[in-house]
Amino acid sequence: MIFHHLILRVVTKLLVGTIILFALYVQFHGDFSPGGGFQAGVIMAVAFILYGIVFSLESVKKVFPEWLVHKILALGVLIYAGTGIATMLLGYDFLDYDAFAPLHPTHGQHWGLLAIEFGVGVTVTGVMVAIYYAFAGRPPSLTDEDW
Amino acid sequence: MANTALVAEHTARTLYDHLPLLQVLVPFCAAPLIVLLGSRRLAWPLAFVSSAIALIISVMLMMSVREGGYISYTMGGWSPPLGIEYRIDATNAYVLMLISAIGTVVLPFAYVSVKDEIRSKDHSLFYACWMLCLTGLLGMVATGDAFNVFVFLEISSLSTYVLVAQGAARDRRALTAAYDYLIMGTIGATFFVIGLGMLYMATGTLNMADLADRIADQGANRTVRSGFAFIVVGLGLKVAMFPLHLWLPKAYTFAPSAVTVFLSATATKAALYVLMRFIFSVYHPDFSFTTNALEIIFLPLAIIAMFSASFVAAFQINFKRMLAYSSIAQVGYMLLGIAILTETGLTAALLHMFNHGLAKALLFMGVGALVLRTGSAFYTQISGLGRKMPLTCGAIVVGGLSLIGVPGTAGFLSKWLLVQAALERVAENSSFLLVSIAIVLSSLLAVVYVWRVFEVLYLREPDPNSTATEAPLMMLIPMWILAGSCLWFGLSTDFLYDIANQAALGLLDGSMGMLDSNEALGVK
Amino acid sequence: MGQLFNLQFLAGHIHYLLFIVLMMTGLFIVVDKTNLVKKIIGLNIFQVSVFMFYVSIGKVTGGTAPIFPMDDKYHVDKEALQGIVYSNPLPHVLILTAIVVGIATTSLGLALIIRIRESFNTIDEEDILNIEQEMTRDDNIKYRDVAEGLI
Repeated sequence: MIFHHLILRVVTKLLVGTIILFALYVQFHGDFSPGGGFQAGVIMAVAFILYGIVFSLESVKKVFPEWLVHKILALGVLIYAGTGIATMLLGYDFLDYDAFAPLHPTHGQHWGLLAIEFGVGVTVTGVMVAIYYAFAGRPPSLTDEDW
Repeated sequence: MANTALVAEHTARTLYDHLPLLQVLVPFCAAPLIVLLGSRRLAWPLAFVSSAIALIISVMLMMSVREGGYISYTMGGWSPPLGIEYRIDATNAYVLMLISAIGTVVLPFAYVSVKDEIRSKDHSLFYACWMLCLTGLLGMVATGDAFNVFVFLEISSLSTYVLVAQGAARDRRALTAAYDYLIMGTIGATFFVIGLGMLYMATGTLNMADLADRIADQGANRTVRSGFAFIVVGLGLKVAMFPLHLWLPKAYTFAPSAVTVFLSATATKAALYVLMRFIFSVYHPDFSFTTNALEIIFLPLAIIAMFSASFVAAFQINFKRMLAYSSIAQVGYMLLGIAILTETGLTAALLHMFNHGLAKALLFMGVGALVLRTGSAFYTQISGLGRKMPLTCGAIVVGGLSLIGVPGTAGFLSKWLLVQAALERVAENSSFLLVSIAIVLSSLLAVVYVWRVFEVLYLREPDPNSTATEAPLMMLIPMWILAGSCLWFGLSTDFLYDIANQAALGLLDGSMGMLDSNEALGVK
Repeated sequence: MGQLFNLQFLAGHIHYLLFIVLMMTGLFIVVDKTNLVKKIIGLNIFQVSVFMFYVSIGKVTGGTAPIFPMDDKYHVDKEALQGIVYSNPLPHVLILTAIVVGIATTSLGLALIIRIRESFNTIDEEDILNIEQEMTRDDNIKYRDVAEGLI
């Protein structure tokens, strides 16, 4: 059993790391080139989903347990809202990133965007993986013979 | 922006300046916080505290705009026509107050009801969804950006589908109800987006005030008109305007009691507010196609809804389902008030929005309490409970009387104003006499279906084997708060009337435009 | 009316026509199919037509991707900026939000279908309607109201 799909398994092991690296690139290079939290989050989730498809749902749940997924998707939203609250506490409008560096607003914009895009990325990763877990985790009510 | 000279001039915003945003932000933050903590015991207190804060904020906003004028709040330091703007005036402050008040009052009721009807494993996620729904409703009312309305509309809709589906623990038909609602709601929201796309094509902006200015400048053309058609149909689905109401009875019947209370009093009202905002503030009612749409489409449909839905309600054998049909009829009254297109009519519509919200929430709470004690809302199951649950049934009576519009209750005021508004227009168009007669006649139908409930509760012998006792205090207190306000607003009419009238005047004035808000913000 | 048969006019508005065709295809599937999954697919086609509509209205003739040209220090290259025409990015950004909403709707719809399949043992709308009508009929018999004749 374990020797089935040898090529798939080897290729997956190679790919997962690369995909995660690419996701991080898209995430953090987002202010210079097309990219950002949404895309990076989906790419990051793809790495886990691919691992889950090729190995098994159980093994990917060992890496990324279900409770952690739920916490992470809530955490990302809070990072986003928290950035806004931070700017509010600094005396500026909600999500006015100038607040982070009033003397160099461009830097402020960079930091603020980095923070909220990180929040978006975390949430999107969480949501996508959660959707995959929810659908794949349901025991099928049809056996293969019924089809 | 990247200019140090400007930075030095920045005056720090105070908490008070942030109120329009906090209105939406507080419940929004509560939702992920509930999930993050994941504690069953903390979920309800967090939800309750954040809705109570939202209520306080909405009252403060109401106080600052009730004399007219508006508050504009910009996101991220981008000034309005480009950035997203929250714009609070008398009209949306009024609707915000309704939504957050109902949201807060319902929660203690929900605490008991949810424990009874929903698996304990799902409680924290349930309250997170509830908070998201509240966020969506508050957001779509507070925002002054047309596309932002769509985003919040979808936030509230998606969480509503989940909340409705939670009824599956009792009756599997809740799942198909949620599915039907999902299909229709998504079609409605997508129609709304198509309409917005057409507006954007014609004007190049999405800020409502700016849209209004530019539409007024260029006059009606085909793009603007078809945009109007798409927006009215899309929002009509959400409002449950007569032929587009098919999702409503099933969703309200099979949703958990607490969810039904919350949705019946807020969801259709928020959508109705957005519809009003688009008809009056974005498209000016002076445009012939707007007036035509109101008179040729809204008016007949509203009257058909008033009669057909009331008629169907009279033949139901389930209390909850009967109230769902009655909601469609009551939406008809509100649309009628809008279609009459006078200050009195619009005031009546806005007042009815509030009064119906109170009465319907109260009645659905009554159903929830009966369901808690007897297990179902069928008339045969609840017969004779007036003697066993006197306080619950007393509150139901108050709600029922307000629904009919008996003098002394809040419902009377709005129906009276509606008749008056119709009579005011008789001079120019005699067919409005028929409209006013229709309002009175359909109220008689309301007497029929409400009386049937009274008959079931009080004039029948209770089931001797029934062990039903009075509902718990956590349910009775919110019910009697609402019952008290139904009576209070029926006797002391000035407060609510003044606010609704101010809101109606604000709507009829059309848009307040972009210009002065730019000056106020000192656009760079 | 004459405009409608003008070939040049049609060619110039081809994206609107495609949008309408796709939109009607989607709506037709939602209305016509009884399989719940197919309805969701129809809904998706309907939404995608709107996405395409938005993306197409953002196109500016001769416009390029709205990204500032950078010099090698990652600063905006002001010289290269001269004379560039950009497509309007705003509709694209808006539709990014709508796509996310679409994903949420689809996954929620599919999740509901799974639950429906588990409790009704079918995903065909007509079968479900039959089951529900039977349930309603049973309710009506079981909870028949004695006062029915009064009204």
